[in-house]
Amino acid sequence: MKVSPATTQRVAVGFMWTLAAITFAVLIFILAFILAHGLPHVTWSFLTESPSSMGREGGIFPMILGTLLVAGLAVLVAAPIGVATAVYLTEYTREGRLTAVIRFGADCLAGVPSIIFGLFGFVFFAITLGMGLSVLSGSLTLALMVLPTIIRTSEEAIRAVPYAYREVSFGLGSTRWQMVITVVLRSALPGISTGIVLSLGRSISETAAVMLTAGSALRLPRSLFDSSRTLALHFYILSREGISMPNAYATASVLIIAILALNLLAYWLMRRFVAKVGR
Amino acid sequence: MPAPRIQVQGFTACFDGKPAVKNLDLEIFPHERLAIIGPASSGKTTFLRSLNRLNDLDPGFTHSGEILRDGKNIYDADVDVAELRRKIGMVYAVPVPLPWSIYDNLVYGLRLAGVRDRATLNERVETALRYAVLWDEVKDRLHEPANVLSGGQQQRLCIARVLVLEPDVLILDEPCSGLDPISTGKIEDALVTLKERHSIVLVTNNTKQAARASDRTAFFLLGDLIEVGPTAQLFTKPTHKRTNDYLVGQFG
Amino acid sequence: MKRDRLIGAILLVVALSAISGLALITVFIFREGVPIILRVGAGQFFLSTDWEPSLGHFGILSMIGGSLAVTVGAAVIGVVFSLGLAIVLTQFAPPALAAALKPAIELLAGIPSVVYGFVGVVTLVPLIRHSLGGPGLSVLAASIVLGIMILPTITSIAIDALQAVPRSYVEGSIALGATRWQTVTMVLLRAARSGIVAAVILGMGRAIGETMAVIMVAGNALALPHSLLDPVRTLTSNIALEMGYASGDHRQALFATGVTLFVIITLLNTAALAVSRRRAGRRRVG
Repeated sequence: MKVSPATTQRVAVGFMWTLAAITFAVLIFILAFILAHGLPHVTWSFLTESPSSMGREGGIFPMILGTLLVAGLAVLVAAPIGVATAVYLTEYTREGRLTAVIRFGADCLAGVPSIIFGLFGFVFFAITLGMGLSVLSGSLTLALMVLPTIIRTSEEAIRAVPYAYREVSFGLGSTRWQMVITVVLRSALPGISTGIVLSLGRSISETAAVMLTAGSALRLPRSLFDSSRTLALHFYILSREGISMPNAYATASVLIIAILALNLLAYWLMRRFVAKVGR
Repeated sequence: MPAPRIQVQGFTACFDGKPAVKNLDLEIFPHERLAIIGPASSGKTTFLRSLNRLNDLDPGFTHSGEILRDGKNIYDADVDVAELRRKIGMVYAVPVPLPWSIYDNLVYGLRLAGVRDRATLNERVETALRYAVLWDEVKDRLHEPANVLSGGQQQRLCIARVLVLEPDVLILDEPCSGLDPISTGKIEDALVTLKERHSIVLVTNNTKQAARASDRTAFFLLGDLIEVGPTAQLFTKPTHKRTNDYLVGQFG
Repeated sequence: MKRDRLIGAILLVVALSAISGLALITVFIFREGVPIILRVGAGQFFLSTDWEPSLGHFGILSMIGGSLAVTVGAAVIGVVFSLGLAIVLTQFAPPALAAALKPAIELLAGIPSVVYGFVGVVTLVPLIRHSLGGPGLSVLAASIVLGIMILPTITSIAIDALQAVPRSYVEGSIALGATRWQTVTMVLLRAARSGIVAAVILGMGRAIGETMAVIMVAGNALALPHSLLDPVRTLTSNIALEMGYASGDHRQALFATGVTLFVIITLLNTAALAVSRRRAGRRRVG
């Protein structure tokens, strides 16, 4: 018996819709599972107190601060370098061997796994440069890790700015640098911010690289040279060593909410960018 | 005849080695409207963009010969290109308002030049808008986004944006190509008043517009200047056969 | 204008320093890791399953086997789901629905890997243990978790590849009387093939480099797997598990594990780049 093309299509498309449905069910399940178990334990004191007895009791305030320091500093370092690189690639040079080398380097850097960044950060920042396991080592390692993302998204945002804007700006007597600042970066800003916000999310989520570079000290970091445990690593240690399941779930909930908020922010920025550049 | 404001002498412009304008000699005088006509790829736009050195943006651009502005070659090494572009103001075929308010568009050139004084900015904006015949339509909504204006208003805004800088020469590249007859008429009217203050070079594909809105007309063909003369004379008694062919619609 | 040239030079220096990070990483990882491979002997290091750092035995074959097993497993799951998603979202879903679902896929990419690992270990692992037997912590569990984790990467690149296929191909096929599905299999997938292959290779690179989720669900046993239900240790987990207390030769051997991983990833990325460049080259001709 020969199956008609229409039947094949119905079966195949039905199968693919099922796959899509499973994917989104998994997403919702993961979010709901963590939040349902964790949110009841997220109290004001949990957010503002220091942990005691290895995290079995108390809160996660030092980890929140540590995460903000490590991830924030990483993005603060990576953003200017990444945007400057993107501006160089798009506005200050012609496509050629040099841009090919820079793009290839960025692509390769994007493919390096986080554990390798961790190993590198450990021997380079912590040992060779003598920074030790610290907020600084961790954030510089993460900065290197998110740099390719920032370069790529900034480049795309800059390229989406119409060429005519540049001609108008030059025609009204701007130097190249004035043109870049007043027209290109101003128009591309929401798109560039999207990349930066997503990089911030990735820095907050990262565990392997910070484990090897920022260490896992439970106390409040007093300087950039102090070791500090991030939320993601704290969650890993709590659950892996079975220290406290309720606190593990609660920590994961805080992490998930932060990621959700950043993704929403990125989404909103992207929509603004599309409206502005009018694609 | 007064002294010319721009003297083009033996000017050739090439892209990737291919000439787009060949060995051009042309003069632009104060208080005149010079129309440039000719079929596609005749070098009209290339010539226009050579006047404010916008072709420099194309990496394949090379040139020879001179374009003298008040006696000085604008391609000399010590020329401030930004300053030159302020004084040779350009309007493009498609109106491109920057994605800001009307006001921010208008003061952009002055801000680039470092003018900060509010009173000066406001005064120049009003003058420019009046010359561009746009003041009455936008004076109450200067802080609205520029892209809410109609196409014709946008093009007059682009003209005003250039006028704010008080250029010597206004160069317009088919400024009415996308506009309806009424908007076109408003722009042509504006050019009549504008020539009191500026030299005007108008590139157009529309020979009727050249006949209506210019004092002299130059005919370009495949990178060569075929002839230039008073508009009435060129349209009624062209000296070259090819000019006549073009005007009666033989090509283009 | 002179100032513009200066700014250009400064930007060039910044751009070069950005990618010099890659050179630094390569130099430092290799400098730390290669000597021990030479000392132990490459044959011994790569082809022995005997990893007993306290006795000075460094053979990483079981980790290589573990990494390959979970990567292939993840690729199979990731490809089936990603292609399904990419085809549905570009061809069959109403545009409004597709626009709403894309941010959800991006969110999937944003969930921390420790969260994936954790949810895997408390839900998926017991499920496998009870329904299929074995310890639950296994190649299968790791493949499923990794498959979901690399899904956003493959899906978004596959969507780009499918959208790059000229509309006229699709319209031409439909006009010849093909069903939408026949058009997908006979025209779209064929035209977008190299883009999809590149997507899959990049996804495999993601999977083999993933660390925390794998540690939590793969079981970390030091042996070559014989079935999908066997626990395995990957190259990445080996580093993360032992780096905390390793020193001397042991630490160097972990860097050597990193060198191995680095080389595999670089090969995968180069392959993906070559495939997508071939596509770009062909398009320029056509």
